[in-house]
Amino acid sequence: MAAMRPNGGPAAKNSMFVDSLKDSATAAFLVAVLGFFFLPLKTDIAAGGLAITYRWPLWISAILIVFGGRLLLNLFVFKAKTPATQFIGDKLSGSSARLPGLGRYLGIALFGFAVILPFFFTTFFPGQQRQYIDLAILIMTYIMLGWGLNIVVGLAGLLDLGYVAFYAVGAYSFALLAEYFDLGFWMALPLAGILAAFWGIILGFPVLRLRGDYLAIVTLAFGEIIRVVLLNWYEFTNGPDGISGIPKPTLFGLEFTRGEGGFADFFGLEYSTIHRFIFLYYIIFIMALITNFVTMRLRKLPVGRAWEALREDEIACRSLGINTTNTKLTAFAIGAMFGGFAGSFFATRQGFISPESFTFLESAIILAIVVLGGLGSQIGVVIASVVMIGGIEMLRNIGFLSQIFGPGFDPVQYRMLIFGLAMVGIMVWKPRGLITTRVPSAVLKERKKIGADMVAQGEGH
Amino acid sequence: MEYFVQQLINGLTLGSIYGLIAIGYTMVYGIIGMINFAHGDIFMIGSFIALTTFLILTTVFGFVFLPVVLLIVLIVAMLFTSAWGWTVERLAYRPLRGSFRLAPLITAIGMSIVLQNFVQVSQGARVKPLPPQIQGGVTIMEGVTENGPIVVQLSYMQMIIIVTTLLLMVGFTLLIARTPLGRAQRACEQDRKMAALLGVNVDRTISLTFVMGAALASVAGLMFLLLYGVIDFYIGFLAGVKAFTAAVLGGIGSLPGAMLGGLAIGLIEVFWSGYFTVEYKDVAAFSILAIVLIFLPSGLLGKPEVEKV
Amino acid sequence: MNVALKQPSASANDRWDADPILTVEHLTMRFGGLVAIDDLSFKVGRGDITALIGPNGAGKTTVFNCVTGFYKPTEGRIVMRHGLGGQQETVDAVTASGRRWHISDDQSVFLLERMPDFEISKKARVARTFQNIRLFGGMTVLENLLVAQHNPLMIASGMTIGGVLGLPSYRKAEQEAIDKAVYWLEHTRLIDRADDAAGDLPYGAQRRLEIARAMCTGPHLLCLDEPAAGLNPRESTELNELLQFIRETGTSVLLIEHDMGVVMEISDHIVVLDYGVKISDGGADFVKSDPRVIAAYLGVDDEEEIDVPEIKADVAEMEKPARKPRKAPARAKAVAKPAAKSAPAKSAAAKTAPAKKAPAKKSAVPAKAVSEIKVKDADKHPGAQPAGTKKPAAGGADNLTRISGIGPANEKKLNTLGIWHFSQVAAWKKAEVEWVGSYLSFAGRIEREEWVKQAKALASGKQTDFSRRVDGGKVPSSRTSSRRTSGKGGKA
Repeated sequence: MAAMRPNGGPAAKNSMFVDSLKDSATAAFLVAVLGFFFLPLKTDIAAGGLAITYRWPLWISAILIVFGGRLLLNLFVFKAKTPATQFIGDKLSGSSARLPGLGRYLGIALFGFAVILPFFFTTFFPGQQRQYIDLAILIMTYIMLGWGLNIVVGLAGLLDLGYVAFYAVGAYSFALLAEYFDLGFWMALPLAGILAAFWGIILGFPVLRLRGDYLAIVTLAFGEIIRVVLLNWYEFTNGPDGISGIPKPTLFGLEFTRGEGGFADFFGLEYSTIHRFIFLYYIIFIMALITNFVTMRLRKLPVGRAWEALREDEIACRSLGINTTNTKLTAFAIGAMFGGFAGSFFATRQGFISPESFTFLESAIILAIVVLGGLGSQIGVVIASVVMIGGIEMLRNIGFLSQIFGPGFDPVQYRMLIFGLAMVGIMVWKPRGLITTRVPSAVLKERKKIGADMVAQGEGH
Repeated sequence: MEYFVQQLINGLTLGSIYGLIAIGYTMVYGIIGMINFAHGDIFMIGSFIALTTFLILTTVFGFVFLPVVLLIVLIVAMLFTSAWGWTVERLAYRPLRGSFRLAPLITAIGMSIVLQNFVQVSQGARVKPLPPQIQGGVTIMEGVTENGPIVVQLSYMQMIIIVTTLLLMVGFTLLIARTPLGRAQRACEQDRKMAALLGVNVDRTISLTFVMGAALASVAGLMFLLLYGVIDFYIGFLAGVKAFTAAVLGGIGSLPGAMLGGLAIGLIEVFWSGYFTVEYKDVAAFSILAIVLIFLPSGLLGKPEVEKV
Repeated sequence: MNVALKQPSASANDRWDADPILTVEHLTMRFGGLVAIDDLSFKVGRGDITALIGPNGAGKTTVFNCVTGFYKPTEGRIVMRHGLGGQQETVDAVTASGRRWHISDDQSVFLLERMPDFEISKKARVARTFQNIRLFGGMTVLENLLVAQHNPLMIASGMTIGGVLGLPSYRKAEQEAIDKAVYWLEHTRLIDRADDAAGDLPYGAQRRLEIARAMCTGPHLLCLDEPAAGLNPRESTELNELLQFIRETGTSVLLIEHDMGVVMEISDHIVVLDYGVKISDGGADFVKSDPRVIAAYLGVDDEEEIDVPEIKADVAEMEKPARKPRKAPARAKAVAKPAAKSAPAKSAAAKTAPAKKAPAKKSAVPAKAVSEIKVKDADKHPGAQPAGTKKPAAGGADNLTRISGIGPANEKKLNTLGIWHFSQVAAWKKAEVEWVGSYLSFAGRIEREEWVKQAKALASGKQTDFSRRVDGGKVPSSRTSSRRTSGKGGKA
């Protein structure tokens, strides 16, 4: 917290150490105060009401850890002559400056890896293949959702805090179509997308003339309304019990079942449950690719340019004859449509859905992926999804931590805590997101990337 | 009629709590133009601190005289919750000051997740029940309906909540209108750069805004605890969303608007539950928000935004 | 309800009368109680460069915002015409029908006050730039110009569907759009910056880019809001050339500008606004020499000692009071003609002040309006001359400079009108206020400065904030002239 000062002679070095100590003591004191009612004291339900259990060692150790950690950071990072983070930062920015095409190469590399991913895991991690492919499916779903939301938030600059509503509409559309009309995944998929887009328009029409944060709160409200309706309309949606037995997708009519007429039987393979996972992976992979392809195409079309222009300056758009209401609606509807597609996929993958899966937290996670990745950046969404979703899921598998902290330690309960901290940390570190340049949609002579400080963020950002 | 009056009282009570939280949202929005998503969780933190303090005072120190206990609880909760409010601002928002506006929104959501999960991990996920501490009340009306006799009661608890809220509202309005801090705050609202140039310590003013918001939220937390007698780590989200809705409904940036919006949301919820269905009370509150905003785009008491061309 | 103003320098042969592309008729815009534009009418000639000038706060940008649909005017009609002539029948038919426009191949009429902003650009083909430049800063210069061609490209892309499928027809249309963009980039000398972010350009280039972007919408009328603001002299000259080039391409130009070098050099027609009313309208030479314009720009200088005998010459003492009541009904008759498109010619002086509906009541009480002092051309000013007495009442004249807004020079003028006392000013009605405003050549100022209200307070012996300052010697007044002449003195 103290200002940085040149650390020349021994006196300066000495004062630097004292400063660091003071600063660390402040931080430790703060932790002591903040933690006082949460770490050493725990209220528990006991006979005859609540009782307090004491955990003084936990409090003391937390204070000491913060003190020590802060001191080390102060000495070697914040106030050191060449802080380690700056070194890393220089390296990173240097390399990206030197390799302007890095994004493209990274994209190609990621694409290549995504294509062979199932076989990579079945070959190299046969023991955990199912788990990894499942994780890949999950990440891919979030990538698709992120790309869908990127149209609304990143391109059109409309802050949507209720994107999960369209995810829910897609999932429930498929589940209900399957339940009431016996439709299969491939039949229901386009319908689910259309329904979600339709809902996007219905919700969007009255609210899109709102500006900024008002739009944000109303989209949040709509997200909650849809969830509450799904939760309480018991006769139709089965309420909190959800809908189960949602059909699995088929490959041109081939089901992934054991025995006669199944996929394995048809191709003369030995039956394995992994086939279905690989199949699901490729479905979501292709759906995500389509999302990306369509978005990239739209960016180069008048409607996409109008979205970005809208984000930059709505009044100027209107002066150029652009119907901003329609333009916003198309962004909302197309974003919602991709959300609906992803929702259908989610329903078929899980086989069971309930309103539990569509809370505000999901909207927040998707939005965080878009913003952390860098608004409007497609590759940024991929990186953010892999880091955030992959990283969080990996916490489930870290067994060695319980060897350190004892058998009672369950890393799973800390994963959302760490997720939140990561969100704050990454944002403070890179407020513009990981990928901060904008690629122009039309080029006359030379493609120049546009720095993030030029690009506006649209309404309410 | 009796039923109506009873619902009105209940609605005003709930609305007061929403209003107190909403003031925190509206003040922060007014001064730095961001939605402090973690504010609902600050309210939750406040109610946990209040609960633990209450238990320590009654079970460890054996205090029995309730007014003194509650006063100490109130002060402790306000102090410690303020520290949380200050820290959240310092860690998650100050580094992003002047950065683009979505960044603090994301850190706010991140902070909200952190606070919720911190409390869940440290205090457990189970609900914490507290038996009713203040009982009894005044009977206002009595009557008979087709379902039998009905008594309209204004409980002491409700009285305390409404009176405290009124006092705090008056106090804060005076604070904003009369004190140098209030003046600094209003200056920062108008133009932060200019205020800084004129010698207002902007960082300190913003920090104090968060501290005040957190203090009010902790009062709301204590009242929530006493009124409903049960809290858990998740109460902050819904209360926060409702309170933010209230702030927007009243016209974000306006203190009386926040209170008015809080009361409106409280009344809508209670009346909807009382006359229609409990399940859809949130839908009613949110729908009314959407409808109001469509016709009054800057809320009930907000300054209409003139489109500068 | 209002009497239309006669066009100045009266000849109906003016281009803008014969073939207007845009007519603004009786435009009034109120924001709450504030009247930003008051019954404004003017015409923009096809193929002309028309300048809208006036001091700061005169309401020029508000006129633009009404024309381009960003504000909905409180009253009035704004007609855009494609194709030659006034098309008066079509305009009246469309107005009566409640439709927004009438489109035919060679002649179309658009009622802009009925159209939403984006349709004004899309259909009526009115493009605009902004006083505070509004570019898409994060998009390249080329992209900015492509966004401007949104509507034709949208059709070419088959409302997006054809574009997503990658149909070749869209690719061709996009190439054409790029060619058009390049054309304007070359003419605005931005071609070398085509792939740079618009926000990266220097100020002058941003101004040019905004013009290029507006031109890419293919406008019939280009509205420029202070295009020369912030430009250096060389850039201003280039702007002149660019605007003249734009006119040659067949686009009419309406511009707001403060830079008189630009205005006088290139404008065919100048409309001058002050406080929301038109004070002059005509060619550059006419406007340049119009005393009202000079007064509006330089201010009516109260400090300046005005030659009192000259004013006195205006005052014909003791004329027959019979003239007054005879004239008033005639004006009432003119009022009775609703929405007269062009009222019969009035004298040259009357054009500069707003012709307002004179309250009928006033003309019915001529006794009150009779003044001992008669001004020669009293009828040329709208409203009614206030009653005046040749000599102040016993006890001497009041110090009128205690009213904020009246300086020593104006006090003298008022005295020549026979106005000596606060009570006289306090008795003024709307008609008198208007007349005096016109007589003293600052229409609207009396209302704004609330002379009557101040006078009422002062007449009843109360103080106003301003009078306190005058009495305290902080503001020079007619009774402290010695102080005033020594220093330069403040403005009363």
